[in-house]
Amino acid sequence: MLLDIKDLKVSYGKIEAIKGISLNVGQGEIVTLVGANGAGKTTLLKTISGILKPSAGVINFEGKDIQSIAPHNRVLAGLCQAPEGRGIFPGMTVLENLEMGKYSRPDWKKELREDLDRVYTLFPRLKERQGQAGGTLSGGEQQMLSIGRALMSRPRLLLLDEPSMGLAPMFIQQIFKIIREIQTQGVSILLVEQNAAQALSCANRAYIMETGNIVKEGSGKELLNDEVIKKAYLGTGA
Amino acid sequence: MSTPSSTNVRFNLRDKFGDWWEGTTRNQRVLFRAAVIVFFFILPFLDNPILGTNESDFSSVLFYPMGMFVIMAIGLNIIVGKSGILDLGYVAFFAIGAYTHAILNLNFGFPFWINVFLGMGFAMLAGLMLGLPALRLRGDYLAIITLGFGEIIRILAINFNFTGGAAGLAGIAAPPTLFGIEFVVDDPKPFYWLLLTLMLLVIWAYLRLVARRPGRAWEAIREDEDVAEFMGVATMKYKLWGFVLGGAVGGAVGAVYAGQVTSITPENFTLQISIMILACVVFGGMGNIWGVALGAALLGYFPEKLRFLSDTRILFFGLLMVVMMNIRPDGIIPRKKREKVYDKNTGQEVTR
Repeated sequence: MLLDIKDLKVSYGKIEAIKGISLNVGQGEIVTLVGANGAGKTTLLKTISGILKPSAGVINFEGKDIQSIAPHNRVLAGLCQAPEGRGIFPGMTVLENLEMGKYSRPDWKKELREDLDRVYTLFPRLKERQGQAGGTLSGGEQQMLSIGRALMSRPRLLLLDEPSMGLAPMFIQQIFKIIREIQTQGVSILLVEQNAAQALSCANRAYIMETGNIVKEGSGKELLNDEVIKKAYLGTGA
Repeated sequence: MSTPSSTNVRFNLRDKFGDWWEGTTRNQRVLFRAAVIVFFFILPFLDNPILGTNESDFSSVLFYPMGMFVIMAIGLNIIVGKSGILDLGYVAFFAIGAYTHAILNLNFGFPFWINVFLGMGFAMLAGLMLGLPALRLRGDYLAIITLGFGEIIRILAINFNFTGGAAGLAGIAAPPTLFGIEFVVDDPKPFYWLLLTLMLLVIWAYLRLVARRPGRAWEAIREDEDVAEFMGVATMKYKLWGFVLGGAVGGAVGAVYAGQVTSITPENFTLQISIMILACVVFGGMGNIWGVALGAALLGYFPEKLRFLSDTRILFFGLLMVVMMNIRPDGIIPRKKREKVYDKNTGQEVTR
């Protein structure tokens, strides 16, 4: 298992946002976590990245407990997050944003060219816009930049927080296509989404999260055809 | 603050100069730098009715407020402009440096040169002690804490005995004679040159720092602290470094100030100075050292230049700031860098 989470609990003061969940991501998998607003999805990602501290439980990455690793050192360990809401650096140019993705790599100068080419092949739009300030990009382009920047750090596990949020349907299609393409390059992905239909059809396995608990798990296809899920998340049930 | 608005700037000083600078040879650059440095060293002798300040001694004005403002603004720029920490109590570092020289000189006979470094050290220590707990906070909360810090240092100076209380300390030693140049109270020129030398060192160190990892880290933190942490920037460490280094500049300047005026009181270190230096940074262009230096020089210069207007000069000064902020809301020389793009064929970064 690449990422193995056991009995994780996270609280904001007295309010328990994650009430003891277990979840894992295998090598080369796309695992998606679907849930409504307030289910605890972003909290979980922030805990994996280390911005939030769990009150109980274990987070193993590549067999090692990563809780003692400072958040900024987890990038070099192989975990990188493309944050929710297109968390890019708006005042930096596209190229500077991408270079920030290499910040933690000691050999960044040697790797820069190769990784830029890789990201620009995935997102040709970013290449056209490379001299432009990140804040002046469209929503979809900012999302691409956020994912591209995370890829620059050569992650083994990519954490994607709602990549389809607020995007036009055309862009959503494109983003999910690219997510599958990233998988074929050998990067495992933990995808957090509200857009259940797209996320489930793209994922190998999926977890359904409700108010801090995981209520269902299975393969993407299984859950896509599950009557309860259909009713609650896909809006297509009887 | 972070949304770029340079598109509506009509005349772009930075790009005009940048275009010219890109085209110069190495020798031309050395020559240009030397010429600028020489110009500033002989500036006190260029006192004429147009450039000089007619109603106050030009070399005095060059030392204080102009030179002082410039170097402190450069120091504060590391904190506010680069790392994005809104510090409303920068005067505290200045006061610590000044009192370090005063107290150690009067009580233990420590010479000026040692006290400059000790003043710097104590300011850094204070920055560390304040920064460790306070930099965990953000935005308004942090601003209030730094505001309090500036006031606490001043109030402590009023209430302690070893700081001379409200009467302050007098008879502080000036720097000893250096290369045959005497530092005496009635000639501010040597102090101006001393400040200028210090300024060059600070600018040199600053430019080296920001071109490397710390500069990148500070920029990322200013843009978005959480995302910076996601990208592997040790945000706490770099915020602390920015705060401490900015403080070090303030401390060093404080010691020089005490050496020139030879007597200091807590009233030299009021909130007004913090606000003024912050205004210099914003006025000049947050995060751009040349803009900040120019802004600080102008904000130091105008109140003196306008002295012939006597009591209404502050009014005109205020008007000037309002007009400037409307014309150039990002400061005189804004921060946004010239665009660099990556050329796939050569693998090089090129400026366009």
